[in-house]
Amino acid sequence: MNRKNIHSDPKAYQTLADQVSPNSKMAQMLLRSFWVGGVICVLGQGLTDIGRLVLKLPSSAASTFASIVLVFLTALLTGIGIFDKIGQYAGAGSFVPISGFANAMVSPALEFRREGLVLGLAAKLFTIAGPVLVYGIGASVIVGLLYAIIRW
Amino acid sequence: MDILMYLKAFVVGGLLCVIGEVLVVKTKLTPARILVIYILTGVVLSAAGLYGPLADFAGAGATVPLTGFGHALSKGVIMAVQELGFLGAFTGGLTATAGGISAAVFFGTLVALCFKPKAKG
Repeated sequence: MNRKNIHSDPKAYQTLADQVSPNSKMAQMLLRSFWVGGVICVLGQGLTDIGRLVLKLPSSAASTFASIVLVFLTALLTGIGIFDKIGQYAGAGSFVPISGFANAMVSPALEFRREGLVLGLAAKLFTIAGPVLVYGIGASVIVGLLYAIIRW
Repeated sequence: MDILMYLKAFVVGGLLCVIGEVLVVKTKLTPARILVIYILTGVVLSAAGLYGPLADFAGAGATVPLTGFGHALSKGVIMAVQELGFLGAFTGGLTATAGGISAAVFFGTLVALCFKPKAKG
């Protein structure tokens, strides 16, 4: 990289800035994502065990139970404004687990409620969840069709 | 109840989140795109038979991240095809994930109705 053109070329400037900016910020964000994401999964494991051992659910239902409780907790924490703070602190640690999916639904629904119950709240519930479901369900149908053809 | 399982859930779940964070920092992808990438990755890895062993190993560490949602879609669709043939391709995915999706729609609506939006700080 030619250092001389950093004043005239924004790309060169950005590249240089990325090279010299401290990696400690990145390391800190990775550490935060790791422990918060890990804790959410440990909570999920605890809930799965409660479903399996206390509620005597079969294992797939126990993990559904854990998802439902995590979704409920996230929705509640989003409503009282705490989840946004967790999100700012933990980045991907909060949005990669199922909690991120729930927050991505509640947050815009809450914000756009004033635009109405149909095109505000209900439509915005799917701003981010919509694409996730479209591609997730689409891919699962393709998997199912391929599997059915192979078995046929 | 098995302490080792909790440790494995912590480490594997944490690492899946770290991968997401690396994607955010290095590629400037929006969280919405990363969630789509995660669910698709989960569907594909599960269909290839690779995610099932990870879920057996790490429990909620593999099922709670969004890749686990993809895994549930794939696993559900394959079970439904075994039972119903081609029809299962259209019923299995949503059936397996119905609990989480319905909960998110229901609790999401309830919270959006009951709480006031917070000012963004």
